[in-house]
Amino acid sequence: MLQILADGLIIGSVVALGAIGLSMTLSIVRFSNFSHGELLGWGAYLALVASTALNTTSGAWATPIGPFSFGWGLLVALVLACGLTALLALGLDAVLFKRLRKQGSITLVIASFGAALALRNLLLFWQGGIPRYYSENLQIAIAFLPRSTWGGLRATPDQLFVLVLALVTVTGLHLFLQRSTLGRAMRATALNPGLARVTGIDPERVLRATWLMGGVLAAIAGVFAGLTVQMRPTMGVDLLLPLFAAVILGGIGSIWGAVLGGFVVGMAESISITWVGAEYRSAAAFVVLIAILMVRPRGLFGEKY
Amino acid sequence: MIDFNGLLSYVSFFLVFATAYAIITLGLNLQWGFTGLFNVGVAGFVAIGAYTSALLTTPHQEGHLAGLGWPVAAGMLAAMLVTGLVGAIVGVLALRLRQDYLAITTFGIAVTIQLVANNATSLTGGPFGVQFIPRPLQAWLGTGLPWTLAYLALAVGLLVLAYLAIESLVKSPWGRVLRAIREDEDAANALGKKSFNYRLQSFVIGSMLMGLGGAVYAHFVGFIAPEDFLPILTFQLWAMLIVGGAGNNRGAILGAYVVWAFWTAAGGLMRDFVPQAEQARAAALQVVLIGCLIAMMLVLRPRGIYGEKLVVHGQS
Repeated sequence: MLQILADGLIIGSVVALGAIGLSMTLSIVRFSNFSHGELLGWGAYLALVASTALNTTSGAWATPIGPFSFGWGLLVALVLACGLTALLALGLDAVLFKRLRKQGSITLVIASFGAALALRNLLLFWQGGIPRYYSENLQIAIAFLPRSTWGGLRATPDQLFVLVLALVTVTGLHLFLQRSTLGRAMRATALNPGLARVTGIDPERVLRATWLMGGVLAAIAGVFAGLTVQMRPTMGVDLLLPLFAAVILGGIGSIWGAVLGGFVVGMAESISITWVGAEYRSAAAFVVLIAILMVRPRGLFGEKY
Repeated sequence: MIDFNGLLSYVSFFLVFATAYAIITLGLNLQWGFTGLFNVGVAGFVAIGAYTSALLTTPHQEGHLAGLGWPVAAGMLAAMLVTGLVGAIVGVLALRLRQDYLAITTFGIAVTIQLVANNATSLTGGPFGVQFIPRPLQAWLGTGLPWTLAYLALAVGLLVLAYLAIESLVKSPWGRVLRAIREDEDAANALGKKSFNYRLQSFVIGSMLMGLGGAVYAHFVGFIAPEDFLPILTFQLWAMLIVGGAGNNRGAILGAYVVWAFWTAAGGLMRDFVPQAEQARAAALQVVLIGCLIAMMLVLRPRGIYGEKLVVHGQS
């Protein structure tokens, strides 16, 4: 029982980080970005390419840090991947979404659909279809509770790393949105774009910041997914439904809502793996989604930060 | 010397597929082009149609739940009814909400159908799919060109029927209400039109055409598997509608043939010029092309080749 909760938290932290970026796009750029999942996929693979490159320059990069399966190389690669994915998101906006913004949100959704398709298959073309891992090192799960206590609790150091770094990232983001000028401008734009413009907030600057942060969060989530599960070129589209379910569950535009939504979706997936079987895992997110839409279509926390 | 029979056979194969897609695109056009309902799970609805008809018409097999041996016509009719029913359920759930929620819900439906098709082995055959789907009149016409041509005639006949039915629907007062809802839902509501009912009707009828298209596909190929209904199919159909021109039934049909020609030509070129070992990667590039085609069309020519005619003149 405890193990299901713990696994749900790990899956949930990946979903939550991705969902925050998606939620920000939804509330600030104002459309359902179907290509957001692909940013996770690209982030994961960019980090893979960067860390492989680092590891070939010196073995020191690949030497595992403490109990973890990865070395400093992956952490540096993570930072690089965040930057590159943010640029990818910005580039996509400049090439595509910016030109369509006047045509309304559904045109943007269709465009994001085309973009998702192109991005995913470019990744497949570049990296091939075989699942990949950051490290071949196998990790032994640490037993935190023996099997006799509620079924026991085990987790690998990597999983704990993911969980802690996810919480740190979200807290940092929360502080940024609450305290910084740009963060306040973003919240204002999400709440009322017209009023925000009148008060002298540059909407283009806010949009750029949104894409940058969405890209960074997506890259972190992608690397975490690669670290705890595996990387496949289709990981973006596989994660899309959980991301949307988390966003809608939490309420569009709510950071902590997205986090909570992510954990609920993670839990649902974890439970479904145990009770229904792993093959129907992706349907769990969909069931959650339908349930929210029926009971509380505006999500747990309404349209506010 | 050109192999005339071979060429004719190739062209008629191409045309049967394009015609099945044209029927589906007509359904999508009713939903999106005329009513503004954004369905991103088209492949799921097509799969329901294909599997329904296939499972009802195939001869009984050991270890399978279905296999009732119905006539093909009954299978196709059932495909439309079942897909319409699923459309109704999805519509009731999602059509009341914000526009993009429908997109997310239909996307989820398609994913779920894919999972069921892949895993409910006793019903759907799992990854191996359904085989021995009857091809109508094959006992009489054999497997060669005459049968292909006859099936093409059947498919085109169904397309013409669907076209005429949809045209008369959208030209009727009902169709005018749909467009009114698409343009300004509040105004339509203010005029006493219950927009939810109209949207639901449009969504269900569109879904039925998708189911029919799936059945036409299944009975031509004689074999279906979950991988025939991947999200890529949805994208192809969207590309057809966008390229042809949403809001115009002739545009939707034209788009189906143009995009399918573009797709097959791109595939053929890749097969000819890319070495065998790299074929899987080249197939990915082919999909990138479709993605870029959708995006470029939206940016450069949002109304498509043959877009909707403006009803009110003097305005743009």
